[in-house]
Amino acid sequence: MSPASAVPPARPKAVPIPTPETQPYWDGAAAGELRIQRCRDCRQAYFYPRPLCPSCGSGDVEWFTASGRATLYSYVINHRPAPGFEADAPYAIAVVQLAEGPRMMTNLVGVAPTPEALELDMELRVAFEQRGDVTLPVFTPAEVESEDS
Amino acid sequence: MSNPGVIIAGAAETDEIGRLPHISTLGLHLEAARNAVADAGLTMRDIDGIATVSGPGPVQVAHALGIYPDWVDGTGVGGTSFLLHVRHAVAAIRAGYAKTILITHGESGRSRVGAPPYRLDLASPAGQFEAPYGTLGPTTTFTIPALRYMKEYGLTHEQLAYVPVAQRQWAAKNPRAMFRDIITVEDVLASRIVAYPFHLLECCLVTDGGGALVVTSADRAADFPKPPVHVLGTGEASETPMISQMVDFTESRAFRQAGRRAFTEAGITVADVNHLMIYDAFAHVPIYGLEALGFVGKGEGGAFIAEGNTEPGGVLPLNTNGGGLSYTHTGMYGMFAIQEGVRQIRGEAAAQVDGPDISVVLGNGGMFATSGVLVLGKQAR
Repeated sequence: MSPASAVPPARPKAVPIPTPETQPYWDGAAAGELRIQRCRDCRQAYFYPRPLCPSCGSGDVEWFTASGRATLYSYVINHRPAPGFEADAPYAIAVVQLAEGPRMMTNLVGVAPTPEALELDMELRVAFEQRGDVTLPVFTPAEVESEDS
Repeated sequence: MSNPGVIIAGAAETDEIGRLPHISTLGLHLEAARNAVADAGLTMRDIDGIATVSGPGPVQVAHALGIYPDWVDGTGVGGTSFLLHVRHAVAAIRAGYAKTILITHGESGRSRVGAPPYRLDLASPAGQFEAPYGTLGPTTTFTIPALRYMKEYGLTHEQLAYVPVAQRQWAAKNPRAMFRDIITVEDVLASRIVAYPFHLLECCLVTDGGGALVVTSADRAADFPKPPVHVLGTGEASETPMISQMVDFTESRAFRQAGRRAFTEAGITVADVNHLMIYDAFAHVPIYGLEALGFVGKGEGGAFIAEGNTEPGGVLPLNTNGGGLSYTHTGMYGMFAIQEGVRQIRGEAAAQVDGPDISVVLGNGGMFATSGVLVLGKQAR
Protein backbone atom coordinates (compact mmCIF):
# COMPACT_ATOMS: atom_id res chain seq x y z
CA MET A 1 0.00 0.00 0.00
CA SER A 2 1.50 3.32 -0.98
CA PRO A 3 1.60 6.06 1.66
CA ALA A 4 -0.75 8.17 -0.45
CA SER A 5 -3.50 5.54 -0.42
CA ALA A 6 -3.45 5.55 3.41
CA VAL A 7 -4.47 9.20 3.44
CA PRO A 8 -8.27 9.51 3.56
CA PRO A 9 -9.75 11.57 0.76
CA ALA A 10 -9.90 15.23 1.73
CA ARG A 11 -13.39 16.34 2.65
CA PRO A 12 -14.33 19.73 1.23
CA LYS A 13 -15.34 22.74 3.28
CA ALA A 14 -19.06 22.99 3.99
CA VAL A 15 -20.98 24.60 1.14
CA PRO A 16 -24.21 26.30 2.22
CA ILE A 17 -27.45 25.22 0.56
CA PRO A 18 -29.66 28.28 -0.11
CA THR A 19 -33.39 28.08 0.55
CA PRO A 20 -36.08 30.25 -1.11
CA GLU A 21 -36.03 32.66 1.84
CA THR A 22 -32.25 33.08 1.79
CA GLN A 23 -31.60 33.05 -1.97
CA PRO A 24 -31.43 36.88 -2.29
CA TYR A 25 -28.61 36.92 0.27
CA TRP A 26 -26.58 34.42 -1.72
CA ASP A 27 -27.43 36.14 -5.01
CA GLY A 28 -26.16 39.37 -3.46
CA ALA A 29 -22.90 37.74 -2.38
CA ALA A 30 -22.41 36.40 -5.90
CA ALA A 31 -22.79 39.98 -7.13
CA GLY A 32 -20.25 41.23 -4.58
CA GLU A 33 -22.85 42.77 -2.28
CA LEU A 34 -23.83 42.05 1.32
CA ARG A 35 -27.61 42.08 1.13
CA ILE A 36 -29.62 41.84 4.33
CA GLN A 37 -33.18 42.65 5.31
CA ARG A 38 -35.00 45.39 7.17
CA CYS A 39 -38.55 45.92 8.34
CA ARG A 40 -40.55 48.57 6.53
CA ASP A 41 -42.77 49.03 9.58
CA CYS A 42 -40.28 49.37 12.45
CA ARG A 43 -37.21 50.05 10.25
CA GLN A 44 -35.14 47.46 12.14
CA ALA A 45 -32.38 45.83 10.07
CA TYR A 46 -31.91 42.13 10.77
CA PHE A 47 -29.94 39.01 9.94
CA TYR A 48 -30.26 35.99 9.24
CA PRO A 49 -32.72 36.09 6.33
CA ARG A 50 -36.33 35.28 7.19
CA PRO A 51 -39.72 36.47 6.03
CA LEU A 52 -40.90 38.09 9.27
CA CYS A 53 -39.35 40.95 11.23
CA PRO A 54 -37.99 39.52 14.52
CA SER A 55 -38.55 42.86 16.26
CA CYS A 56 -42.22 43.52 15.49
CA GLY A 57 -43.50 40.48 13.60
CA SER A 58 -44.34 42.42 10.48
CA GLY A 59 -44.21 40.61 7.16
CA ASP A 60 -43.58 43.87 5.34
CA VAL A 61 -39.81 43.48 4.98
CA GLU A 62 -37.35 44.43 2.26
CA TRP A 63 -33.85 43.56 1.12
CA PHE A 64 -31.16 46.22 0.97
CA THR A 65 -27.42 46.32 0.36
CA ALA A 66 -25.53 46.82 3.61
CA SER A 67 -22.48 49.07 3.75
CA GLY A 68 -20.18 46.10 4.29
CA ARG A 69 -18.62 47.88 7.27
CA ALA A 70 -18.44 46.00 10.55
CA THR A 71 -16.53 45.73 13.82
CA LEU A 72 -15.10 42.64 15.48
CA TYR A 73 -17.49 41.59 18.25
CA SER A 74 -15.86 38.33 19.40
CA TYR A 75 -13.97 35.32 18.10
CA VAL A 76 -12.10 32.13 18.80
CA ILE A 77 -8.91 30.92 17.15
CA ASN A 78 -9.72 27.33 16.32
CA HIS A 79 -6.94 24.75 16.50
CA ARG A 80 -9.10 21.70 15.68
CA PRO A 81 -10.09 22.26 12.06
CA ALA A 82 -13.43 21.42 10.54
CA PRO A 83 -13.31 19.25 7.39
CA GLY A 84 -11.61 21.14 4.59
CA PHE A 85 -10.03 23.67 6.95
CA GLU A 86 -6.95 21.57 7.74
CA ALA A 87 -4.58 23.82 5.82
CA ASP A 88 -6.06 26.94 7.44
CA ALA A 89 -5.66 25.92 11.09
CA PRO A 90 -5.42 27.68 13.37
CA TYR A 91 -8.07 30.01 11.98
CA ALA A 92 -10.38 32.61 13.44
CA ILE A 93 -14.11 32.02 13.66
CA ALA A 94 -15.51 35.45 14.36
CA VAL A 95 -18.78 37.21 15.00
CA VAL A 96 -18.89 40.72 13.57
CA GLN A 97 -21.33 43.52 14.19
CA LEU A 98 -22.46 45.17 10.98
CA ALA A 99 -22.63 48.97 10.89
CA GLU A 100 -26.39 48.50 10.38
CA GLY A 101 -26.67 46.62 13.70
CA PRO A 102 -27.10 42.90 13.09
CA ARG A 103 -24.34 40.43 13.87
CA MET A 104 -23.12 37.53 11.77
CA MET A 105 -20.54 34.78 11.92
CA THR A 106 -17.63 34.97 9.52
CA ASN A 107 -13.97 34.22 8.92
CA LEU A 108 -11.31 36.91 9.00
CA VAL A 109 -8.98 37.08 6.02
CA GLY A 110 -5.90 39.20 5.33
CA VAL A 111 -4.95 39.24 9.01
CA ALA A 112 -2.93 36.86 11.18
CA PRO A 113 -5.05 34.53 13.36
CA THR A 114 -3.39 35.70 16.57
CA PRO A 115 -4.75 37.48 19.67
CA GLU A 116 -2.26 40.28 19.00
CA ALA A 117 -3.56 40.95 15.49
CA LEU A 118 -7.24 40.49 16.34
CA GLU A 119 -8.37 43.29 18.56
CA LEU A 120 -12.03 43.40 19.54
CA ASP A 121 -13.92 46.31 17.97
CA MET A 122 -11.36 46.68 15.16
CA GLU A 123 -12.92 47.95 11.96
CA LEU A 124 -13.60 45.47 9.20
CA ARG A 125 -15.03 45.42 5.73
CA VAL A 126 -16.72 42.67 3.80
CA ALA A 127 -14.86 40.63 1.19
CA PHE A 128 -16.00 37.58 -0.75
CA GLU A 129 -14.69 34.08 -1.16
CA GLN A 130 -15.76 31.40 -3.62
CA ARG A 131 -17.00 28.19 -2.01
CA GLY A 132 -18.16 25.64 -4.57
CA ASP A 133 -21.04 27.23 -6.46
CA VAL A 134 -21.66 29.72 -3.68
CA THR A 135 -19.97 33.03 -2.87
CA LEU A 136 -19.36 33.45 0.83
CA PRO A 137 -19.06 36.80 2.63
CA VAL A 138 -15.94 37.05 4.82
CA PHE A 139 -14.38 40.05 6.53
CA THR A 140 -10.98 41.71 6.42
CA PRO A 141 -9.44 44.65 8.32
CA ALA A 142 -10.74 47.94 6.97
CA GLU A 143 -7.20 49.32 6.79
CA VAL A 144 -6.33 46.78 4.09
CA GLU A 145 -8.63 48.72 1.78
CA SER A 146 -6.63 51.94 2.04
CA GLU A 147 -3.38 50.02 1.49
CA ASP A 148 -4.85 48.51 -1.67
CA SER A 149 -6.08 51.77 -3.10
CA MET B 1 -54.06 23.10 47.13
CA SER B 2 -54.02 24.30 43.56
CA ASN B 3 -50.48 23.11 42.87
CA PRO B 4 -49.96 19.80 44.64
CA GLY B 5 -46.37 18.88 45.34
CA VAL B 6 -44.22 16.75 43.10
CA ILE B 7 -41.13 14.81 44.14
CA ILE B 8 -38.22 12.94 42.66
CA ALA B 9 -38.70 9.50 44.21
CA GLY B 10 -36.01 7.62 42.33
CA ALA B 11 -32.68 8.72 40.86
CA ALA B 12 -29.70 6.76 39.63
CA GLU B 13 -26.92 6.72 37.07
CA THR B 14 -25.59 3.80 35.05
CA ASP B 15 -23.45 1.34 37.02
CA GLU B 16 -20.37 2.87 35.45
CA ILE B 17 -19.64 6.10 33.62
CA GLY B 18 -16.64 6.96 31.52
CA ARG B 19 -15.56 4.73 28.66
CA LEU B 20 -18.14 1.99 28.06
CA PRO B 21 -17.65 0.50 24.57
CA HIS B 22 -19.62 -2.60 25.58
CA ILE B 23 -22.96 -0.72 25.98
CA SER B 24 -24.99 1.06 23.30
CA THR B 25 -26.79 4.37 23.70
CA LEU B 26 -30.07 2.47 24.12
CA GLY B 27 -28.43 0.06 26.53
CA LEU B 28 -27.31 2.98 28.69
CA HIS B 29 -30.90 4.31 28.80
CA LEU B 30 -32.18 0.91 29.90
CA GLU B 31 -29.55 0.39 32.57
CA ALA B 32 -30.19 3.86 34.00
CA ALA B 33 -33.96 3.26 33.91
CA ARG B 34 -33.64 -0.04 35.75
CA ASN B 35 -31.44 1.54 38.41
CA ALA B 36 -33.73 4.53 38.96
CA VAL B 37 -36.91 2.46 39.15
CA ALA B 38 -35.20 0.12 41.63
CA ASP B 39 -34.00 3.15 43.61
CA ALA B 40 -37.66 4.17 43.98
CA GLY B 41 -38.60 0.66 45.06
CA LEU B 42 -40.88 0.29 42.02
CA THR B 43 -41.14 -1.94 38.95
CA MET B 44 -41.56 -0.97 35.30
CA ARG B 45 -45.28 -1.81 35.63
CA ASP B 46 -45.65 1.20 37.92
CA ILE B 47 -44.44 3.62 35.23
CA ASP B 48 -47.21 5.35 33.25
CA GLY B 49 -45.30 8.24 31.69
CA ILE B 50 -41.96 8.52 29.91
CA ALA B 51 -39.71 11.31 28.76
CA THR B 52 -36.39 11.31 26.95
CA VAL B 53 -34.62 12.75 23.93
CA SER B 54 -34.21 11.28 20.46
CA GLY B 55 -32.50 9.16 19.71
CA PRO B 56 -33.45 6.67 20.78
CA GLY B 57 -36.50 8.65 21.94
CA PRO B 58 -39.35 7.90 24.30
CA VAL B 59 -41.14 5.37 22.09
CA GLN B 60 -38.07 3.17 21.74
CA VAL B 61 -37.09 3.44 25.39
CA ALA B 62 -40.64 2.76 26.65
CA HIS B 63 -41.05 -0.21 24.33
CA ALA B 64 -37.70 -1.72 25.26
CA LEU B 65 -38.71 -1.50 28.92
CA GLY B 66 -42.15 -3.04 28.28
CA ILE B 67 -43.89 0.22 29.16
CA TYR B 68 -47.03 1.39 27.30
CA PRO B 69 -47.27 4.93 28.69
CA ASP B 70 -50.26 7.27 28.98
CA TRP B 71 -47.96 10.28 28.65
CA VAL B 72 -45.00 10.78 26.30
CA ASP B 73 -42.53 13.69 26.13
CA GLY B 74 -39.76 13.73 23.52
CA THR B 75 -38.58 17.28 24.12
CA GLY B 76 -35.06 17.42 22.73
CA VAL B 77 -33.41 20.80 23.14
CA GLY B 78 -29.88 19.75 24.00
CA GLY B 79 -28.22 18.84 27.25
CA THR B 80 -30.78 20.61 29.43
CA SER B 81 -33.67 18.55 28.02
CA PHE B 82 -33.95 16.41 31.15
CA LEU B 83 -34.58 19.49 33.29
CA LEU B 84 -37.41 20.39 30.94
CA HIS B 85 -38.69 16.83 31.19
CA VAL B 86 -38.88 17.23 34.98
CA ARG B 87 -40.78 20.49 34.54
CA HIS B 88 -43.18 18.92 32.06
CA ALA B 89 -43.59 15.90 34.34
CA VAL B 90 -44.57 18.21 37.21
CA ALA B 91 -47.29 19.70 35.01
CA ALA B 92 -48.47 16.30 33.81
CA ILE B 93 -48.72 14.93 37.34
CA ARG B 94 -50.63 18.03 38.49
CA ALA B 95 -52.95 17.67 35.53
CA GLY B 96 -53.55 14.00 36.24
CA TYR B 97 -52.15 12.86 32.90
CA ALA B 98 -49.72 10.46 34.58
CA LYS B 99 -48.85 9.35 38.09
CA THR B 100 -45.33 7.93 37.91
CA ILE B 101 -43.03 9.31 35.24
CA LEU B 102 -39.67 7.90 34.16
CA ILE B 103 -37.10 10.26 32.61
CA THR B 104 -34.06 8.61 31.02
CA HIS B 105 -30.72 9.65 29.60
CA GLY B 106 -28.12 7.45 27.96
CA GLU B 107 -25.38 8.50 25.59
CA SER B 108 -22.42 6.74 24.12
CA GLY B 109 -20.78 10.11 23.66
CA ARG B 110 -17.22 8.83 23.66
CA SER B 111 -17.45 5.34 22.21
CA ARG B 112 -20.31 6.21 19.81
CA VAL B 113 -21.90 2.75 20.07
CA GLY B 114 -25.40 2.77 18.62
CA ALA B 115 -25.23 6.56 18.67
CA PRO B 116 -26.87 8.76 16.05
CA PRO B 117 -24.30 10.49 13.79
CA TYR B 118 -23.62 14.17 14.25
CA ARG B 119 -24.90 15.79 11.06
CA LEU B 120 -25.73 19.40 10.35
CA ASP B 121 -28.25 20.21 7.61
CA LEU B 122 -26.44 22.69 5.35
CA ALA B 123 -29.80 24.22 4.33
CA SER B 124 -30.68 25.08 7.94
CA PRO B 125 -29.88 28.59 9.19
CA ALA B 126 -26.86 27.27 11.13
CA GLY B 127 -25.84 25.21 8.09
CA GLN B 128 -25.94 28.26 5.83
CA PHE B 129 -24.67 30.98 8.13
CA GLU B 130 -22.27 29.28 10.56
CA ALA B 131 -20.98 25.93 9.26
CA PRO B 132 -19.29 27.43 6.14
CA TYR B 133 -16.95 29.31 8.50
CA GLY B 134 -15.41 26.14 9.84
CA THR B 135 -17.42 25.48 12.97
CA LEU B 136 -17.00 22.00 14.37
CA GLY B 137 -19.23 21.43 17.35
CA PRO B 138 -19.29 23.16 20.72
CA THR B 139 -15.56 23.89 21.06
CA THR B 140 -15.81 26.26 18.08
CA THR B 141 -19.14 27.91 18.91
CA PHE B 142 -20.05 27.74 22.60
CA THR B 143 -16.68 29.38 23.26
CA ILE B 144 -17.07 32.43 21.01
CA PRO B 145 -18.80 34.76 23.51
CA ALA B 146 -15.99 34.52 26.07
CA LEU B 147 -13.55 37.06 24.60
CA ARG B 148 -16.32 39.67 24.49
CA TYR B 149 -17.10 39.01 28.14
CA MET B 150 -13.38 39.25 29.00
CA LYS B 151 -13.09 42.61 27.29
CA GLU B 152 -16.29 44.06 28.78
CA TYR B 153 -15.74 42.89 32.36
CA GLY B 154 -12.00 42.37 32.71
CA LEU B 155 -12.20 38.62 33.32
CA THR B 156 -8.60 37.39 33.15
CA HIS B 157 -7.24 34.21 31.57
CA GLU B 158 -6.15 33.17 35.06
CA GLN B 159 -9.67 33.60 36.47
CA LEU B 160 -11.15 31.59 33.62
CA ALA B 161 -8.53 28.89 34.25
CA TYR B 162 -9.49 28.81 37.93
CA VAL B 163 -12.95 27.41 37.15
CA PRO B 164 -11.65 23.87 36.39
CA VAL B 165 -9.16 24.23 39.26
CA ALA B 166 -12.01 24.83 41.74
CA GLN B 167 -14.11 22.00 40.36
CA ARG B 168 -11.23 19.54 40.38
CA GLN B 169 -11.14 19.98 44.17
CA TRP B 170 -14.65 18.51 44.30
CA ALA B 171 -13.79 15.79 41.78
CA ALA B 172 -10.83 14.75 43.94
CA LYS B 173 -13.40 13.69 46.57
CA ASN B 174 -15.48 11.68 44.11
CA PRO B 175 -14.29 8.17 43.17
CA ARG B 176 -16.59 8.13 40.10
CA ALA B 177 -15.08 11.29 38.64
CA MET B 178 -12.98 10.69 35.55
CA PHE B 179 -10.31 13.29 36.47
CA ARG B 180 -9.38 13.47 40.18
CA ASP B 181 -5.82 14.83 40.37
CA ILE B 182 -5.59 18.34 41.84
CA ILE B 183 -4.59 20.90 39.20
CA THR B 184 -3.34 24.48 39.27
CA VAL B 185 -3.99 27.54 37.12
CA GLU B 186 -0.53 26.98 35.64
CA ASP B 187 -1.52 23.43 34.62
CA VAL B 188 -4.63 24.73 32.90
CA LEU B 189 -2.81 27.48 31.04
CA ALA B 190 -0.08 25.01 30.01
CA SER B 191 -2.60 22.56 28.50
CA ARG B 192 -2.93 22.82 24.74
CA ILE B 193 -5.13 25.46 23.18
CA VAL B 194 -8.29 23.99 21.66
CA ALA B 195 -9.94 27.22 20.58
CA TYR B 196 -8.32 30.39 21.93
CA PRO B 197 -8.96 31.53 24.64
CA PHE B 198 -9.87 27.99 25.74
CA HIS B 199 -7.29 25.40 26.78
CA LEU B 200 -8.01 21.69 26.92
CA LEU B 201 -8.62 21.72 30.68
CA GLU B 202 -11.22 24.45 30.23
CA CYS B 203 -13.28 22.11 28.00
CA CYS B 204 -15.54 19.32 29.23
CA LEU B 205 -14.87 15.62 29.03
CA VAL B 206 -16.45 13.38 26.42
CA THR B 207 -17.75 10.21 28.05
CA ASP B 208 -20.32 7.39 27.97
CA GLY B 209 -23.01 7.03 30.61
CA GLY B 210 -26.59 7.59 31.59
CA GLY B 211 -28.98 8.48 34.35
CA ALA B 212 -32.69 8.35 35.07
CA LEU B 213 -35.30 9.81 37.40
CA VAL B 214 -38.69 8.73 38.72
CA VAL B 215 -41.05 11.65 39.32
CA THR B 216 -44.37 11.37 41.17
CA SER B 217 -46.71 13.25 43.50
CA ALA B 218 -45.54 14.31 46.95
CA ASP B 219 -48.52 12.71 48.69
CA ARG B 220 -46.86 9.35 47.97
CA ALA B 221 -43.54 10.39 49.56
CA ALA B 222 -43.85 7.90 52.41
CA ASP B 223 -44.16 4.99 49.95
CA PHE B 224 -40.54 5.10 48.79
CA PRO B 225 -37.33 3.83 50.36
CA LYS B 226 -35.35 7.06 49.85
CA PRO B 227 -36.14 10.48 51.32
CA PRO B 228 -38.19 12.58 48.87
CA VAL B 229 -36.60 15.37 46.89
CA HIS B 230 -39.24 18.04 46.39
CA VAL B 231 -39.40 19.88 43.07
CA LEU B 232 -40.11 23.36 44.45
CA GLY B 233 -39.80 25.40 41.29
CA THR B 234 -38.95 25.01 37.63
CA GLY B 235 -38.21 27.21 34.66
CA GLU B 236 -37.41 26.81 30.97
CA ALA B 237 -36.43 29.15 28.17
CA SER B 238 -34.94 29.23 24.70
CA GLU B 239 -32.83 31.95 23.17
CA THR B 240 -31.01 31.16 19.94
CA PRO B 241 -30.28 28.27 17.56
CA MET B 242 -27.00 29.97 16.54
CA ILE B 243 -24.33 31.36 18.85
CA SER B 244 -23.83 34.30 16.48
CA GLN B 245 -27.39 35.43 17.21
CA MET B 246 -27.13 35.40 21.01
CA VAL B 247 -28.66 38.68 22.19
CA ASP B 248 -25.69 39.80 24.31
CA PHE B 249 -22.43 37.83 24.39
CA THR B 250 -21.84 38.78 28.02
CA GLU B 251 -24.97 37.21 29.48
CA SER B 252 -27.37 34.33 28.94
CA ARG B 253 -30.89 35.56 28.55
CA ALA B 254 -32.18 31.96 28.63
CA PHE B 255 -30.39 31.23 31.94
CA ARG B 256 -31.85 34.39 33.50
CA GLN B 257 -35.36 33.80 32.18
CA ALA B 258 -35.53 30.16 33.30
CA GLY B 259 -33.97 31.03 36.65
CA ARG B 260 -36.47 33.75 37.43
CA ARG B 261 -39.39 31.45 36.76
CA ALA B 262 -37.96 28.72 38.95
CA PHE B 263 -37.02 31.00 41.86
CA THR B 264 -40.38 32.78 41.75
CA GLU B 265 -42.35 29.53 41.75
CA ALA B 266 -40.26 28.18 44.63
CA GLY B 267 -40.59 31.46 46.52
CA ILE B 268 -36.85 31.63 47.17
CA THR B 269 -33.99 34.06 46.75
CA VAL B 270 -30.31 33.28 46.21
CA ALA B 271 -29.83 33.56 50.01
CA ASP B 272 -31.91 30.38 50.45
CA VAL B 273 -29.69 28.27 48.18
CA ASN B 274 -26.97 26.14 49.78
CA HIS B 275 -26.01 23.92 46.87
CA LEU B 276 -25.73 24.77 43.20
CA MET B 277 -25.14 22.90 39.97
CA ILE B 278 -24.41 24.86 36.79
CA TYR B 279 -23.95 23.03 33.48
CA ASP B 280 -20.28 23.42 32.69
CA ALA B 281 -19.47 22.36 29.17
CA PHE B 282 -16.77 25.05 29.19
CA ALA B 283 -15.13 27.11 31.93
CA HIS B 284 -17.04 30.31 31.21
CA VAL B 285 -20.50 28.76 31.58
CA PRO B 286 -20.54 28.65 35.42
CA ILE B 287 -19.56 32.33 35.41
CA TYR B 288 -22.50 33.19 33.14
CA GLY B 289 -24.75 30.99 35.31
CA LEU B 290 -23.79 32.58 38.63
CA GLU B 291 -24.55 36.02 37.19
CA ALA B 292 -27.77 35.05 35.41
CA LEU B 293 -29.22 33.56 38.60
CA GLY B 294 -28.21 36.62 40.60
CA PHE B 295 -25.69 35.01 42.98
CA VAL B 296 -23.22 37.73 41.99
CA GLY B 297 -23.41 40.97 40.03
CA LYS B 298 -22.64 41.18 36.36
CA GLY B 299 -18.92 40.77 35.73
CA GLU B 300 -18.26 39.37 39.21
CA GLY B 301 -18.58 35.62 38.54
CA GLY B 302 -14.94 34.96 37.63
CA ALA B 303 -13.55 36.68 40.72
CA PHE B 304 -16.15 34.96 42.93
CA ILE B 305 -14.93 31.54 41.83
CA ALA B 306 -11.24 32.52 41.86
CA GLU B 307 -11.60 33.74 45.46
CA GLY B 308 -12.56 30.20 46.49
CA ASN B 309 -16.26 30.75 47.19
CA THR B 310 -17.47 27.74 45.21
CA GLU B 311 -14.86 25.13 46.14
CA PRO B 312 -14.82 22.86 49.21
CA GLY B 313 -15.09 25.07 52.28
CA GLY B 314 -16.54 27.97 50.28
CA VAL B 315 -19.88 29.71 50.93
CA LEU B 316 -21.59 28.34 47.80
CA PRO B 317 -20.72 24.74 46.90
CA LEU B 318 -20.87 24.56 43.09
CA ASN B 319 -20.64 21.53 40.80
CA THR B 320 -19.80 19.23 43.67
CA ASN B 321 -19.55 16.09 41.52
CA GLY B 322 -16.66 17.72 39.64
CA GLY B 323 -18.94 18.83 36.81
CA GLY B 324 -18.67 18.25 33.10
CA LEU B 325 -15.09 19.49 33.37
CA SER B 326 -13.96 16.65 35.67
CA TYR B 327 -16.78 14.21 36.52
CA THR B 328 -18.41 13.15 33.27
CA HIS B 329 -19.95 14.71 30.15
CA THR B 330 -21.74 12.40 27.77
CA GLY B 331 -22.81 15.24 25.47
CA MET B 332 -26.10 15.94 27.24
CA TYR B 333 -24.83 16.53 30.76
CA GLY B 334 -28.01 17.91 32.35
CA MET B 335 -29.11 14.55 33.76
CA PHE B 336 -25.87 14.29 35.76
CA ALA B 337 -26.33 17.78 37.22
CA ILE B 338 -29.82 16.79 38.43
CA GLN B 339 -28.48 13.52 39.87
CA GLU B 340 -25.92 15.39 41.97
CA GLY B 341 -28.56 17.82 43.21
CA VAL B 342 -30.71 14.87 44.28
CA ARG B 343 -27.78 13.14 46.00
CA GLN B 344 -26.88 16.29 47.93
CA ILE B 345 -30.46 16.83 49.16
CA ARG B 346 -30.67 13.16 50.16
CA GLY B 347 -27.31 13.36 51.90
CA GLU B 348 -25.71 10.59 49.84
CA ALA B 349 -23.21 12.50 47.65
CA ALA B 350 -19.56 11.46 47.42
CA ALA B 351 -18.50 15.00 48.31
CA GLN B 352 -21.44 15.67 50.61
CA VAL B 353 -21.92 19.28 51.69
CA ASP B 354 -23.37 20.09 55.09
CA GLY B 355 -27.08 19.23 54.91
CA PRO B 356 -28.32 21.45 52.09
CA ASP B 357 -32.02 22.35 52.26
CA ILE B 358 -32.18 23.73 48.74
CA SER B 359 -30.21 22.76 45.65
CA VAL B 360 -30.57 24.69 42.41
CA VAL B 361 -29.72 23.02 39.09
CA LEU B 362 -29.13 25.21 36.01
CA GLY B 363 -29.06 23.38 32.70
CA ASN B 364 -27.82 24.54 29.31
CA GLY B 365 -28.87 23.21 25.93
CA GLY B 366 -26.92 23.68 22.72
CA MET B 367 -24.66 26.72 22.79
CA PHE B 368 -26.55 29.04 25.15
CA ALA B 369 -29.57 27.93 23.07
CA THR B 370 -31.90 26.74 25.80
CA SER B 371 -32.05 26.50 29.55
CA GLY B 372 -33.89 24.68 32.29
CA VAL B 373 -33.69 25.43 36.00
CA LEU B 374 -34.87 23.25 38.89
CA VAL B 375 -35.16 24.22 42.54
CA LEU B 376 -34.92 21.03 44.61
CA GLY B 377 -35.69 20.95 48.33
CA LYS B 378 -35.51 18.68 51.32
CA GLN B 379 -38.90 19.96 52.53
CA ALA B 380 -42.10 20.89 50.72
CA ARG B 381 -42.80 24.61 50.83
